Amino acid sequence: MHLTGCIYTGTHKALKAVFLLLLLFVMMPPASFAQQRFPRPEFETGYEQPTPVTPEPRSLALEYVDVAMLLAVMALVTWFLLKKRSRTGIFWISVFTLVYFGFYRNGCICSVGSVQNVALSLFNTGYSVSLTVLAFFLLPLIFSLFYGRVFCAGACALGAIQDLIIVKPITFPSWLQKTLGIFPFVYLGLAILFAVTGTDFIICRYDPFVGIFRMGAEFTMIVLGIGMLLIGMFVARPYCRFVCPYGALLRVTSFFARRHMTITPAECIQCRLCESSCPFDAIDFPGDSNARPDTEKNLRRFILYLVLIPVWVALGGFAVSSAHVFLSRAHPDVFLANLLITKPEMRNDLDNIDIQTFLSSGKPLETLVEEAEVIQNQFYTGGWILGGFIGFVIGITLLNQVVFRRKTDYEPHKGNCYSCGRCMKYCPVIKKQ
Amino acid sequence: MDKDKAQSRRNFIDKGMRITLGLSLAGVGSVALSRVSAKKWVWQIDPFLCTQCGRCADYCVLKPSAVKCVHAYDLCGYCDLCGGYLRPEHTERDTGAENQLCPTAAIERRYIEEPYYEYVINRDLCIGCAKCVAGCTAFGNGSLHLQIQHDLCMNCNECSIARVCPSNAISRVESDAAYIIKGGFTREESGG
Repeated sequence: MHLTGCIYTGTHKALKAVFLLLLLFVMMPPASFAQQRFPRPEFETGYEQPTPVTPEPRSLALEYVDVAMLLAVMALVTWFLLKKRSRTGIFWISVFTLVYFGFYRNGCICSVGSVQNVALSLFNTGYSVSLTVLAFFLLPLIFSLFYGRVFCAGACALGAIQDLIIVKPITFPSWLQKTLGIFPFVYLGLAILFAVTGTDFIICRYDPFVGIFRMGAEFTMIVLGIGMLLIGMFVARPYCRFVCPYGALLRVTSFFARRHMTITPAECIQCRLCESSCPFDAIDFPGDSNARPDTEKNLRRFILYLVLIPVWVALGGFAVSSAHVFLSRAHPDVFLANLLITKPEMRNDLDNIDIQTFLSSGKPLETLVEEAEVIQNQFYTGGWILGGFIGFVIGITLLNQVVFRRKTDYEPHKGNCYSCGRCMKYCPVIKKQ
Repeated sequence: MDKDKAQSRRNFIDKGMRITLGLSLAGVGSVALSRVSAKKWVWQIDPFLCTQCGRCADYCVLKPSAVKCVHAYDLCGYCDLCGGYLRPEHTERDTGAENQLCPTAAIERRYIEEPYYEYVINRDLCIGCAKCVAGCTAFGNGSLHLQIQHDLCMNCNECSIARVCPSNAISRVESDAAYIIKGGFTREESGG
């Protein structure tokens, strides 16, 4: 027992020496190494060398199948909405989308995230966006210009999972809905700023449902996803209405849609049956014609709010650009440069992989700081643009408050309506052949 | 009459906005189209930049990670004393668990002929921790290295490992050249 122990220690020491020798070899200049440290042996037993395992990626053709699938699903939704007027049809398309784009394709590829790729390709000439991603970005927007948000109705996996679990939706007061409705634009702007500066793809990273589609994610994201679904049983489609950045774009394009779905197939008979049918509070009720506000006072407010828009833009730009230092720290390089300057003692922290890798890379700190400053300047410029954009959205939202639209019938709000088709079922009017 | 006028004004505004939005979409689309690539892009690790920090095991959206160790046999010295297989403080050059560097015993050591051994990665067990890669790179030829396995990889829009990779070793490559397997001893020789 003791003897074997000795032998072991002996070997151990010898090995240590070998390792030390090898370490020396490692430190020698690489120029002296034209070949491997340990040349490949000549085998005498007819050994056949295996090849490394390299499974092929999913083929490009299948990506085009996804695009075709998206087109087919949106065309079907449009047909079910405008021709068949069938909620059941849209329901089953949603189920298909959930299974195909959700659980089979694991929620990736999706139009929501494609915003970032397209934005990055616009600003960064070196970045090439793939044709599939561009198609996923453009097709739903083009469809919405013609037929409204048919993408949201049945072609979006995130929308489908929320739409299918609505149990008892509560009604939101209009002011709250409009205020919360600003957030998707903020999120959109922030996501574009982060994507363009090469910081992060926050839409993908904080997608609450992708973890559910993949059946696995970080704990916090799973909690967020399940929490969102639980809330979604009572607040219908919470992500779509108050978060989704792509939905913000669709809200704008769909508002001017050429042929949006209607609640009634013919003349509205003001029966009020559809009044509470919409889980998303997206039905505009006909206003009481006697309650038309004082025109002159309204006009003055309209002009005031119109004049206020540039003020909002300037305020927003100032506010966000002032926060550019804080925002830019989301970029790993800026974060590292900041850390190395403010806490130089961290250099001795051997557990900090980022710092140790940087130090051993031989890159001078000045270079890193210069790069970080470039990114910080991008955040400053971007901060003005983002803030101005947020200010503009706030200004327009306020302006909308005083725009009076005379409505005589029950109509879906073209911007907010997801074209899910629930209200059509409530309408008793039958179109005369 | 008044109602009709309001209606036609609305229609005019709607149409104008629709055309404006359509044109701006076309603008964005055509600029993006000029940057478009008909190729499919996938994420891959450049083994020459990799510093074996071990984050590949922890930050992939998949558990276990889609990053696995591959063995570039062209480079392997078939050493008995393998820096990628044996722990530095190993007591004996055998397959004993106490001597193995790999935390999941994903490397199989097979005897070929005196004094050569073949090392085969069991992909199902590998978690991409890069412990063997560090050992092989420091003490051997560097034939063991990490690669993203494309049958497993979700091809996320942004690779969550790339975001935290300290040496920016992960980038997008065209899918018809989806792997960067170490060839020669240095990058220059491999022509990479």
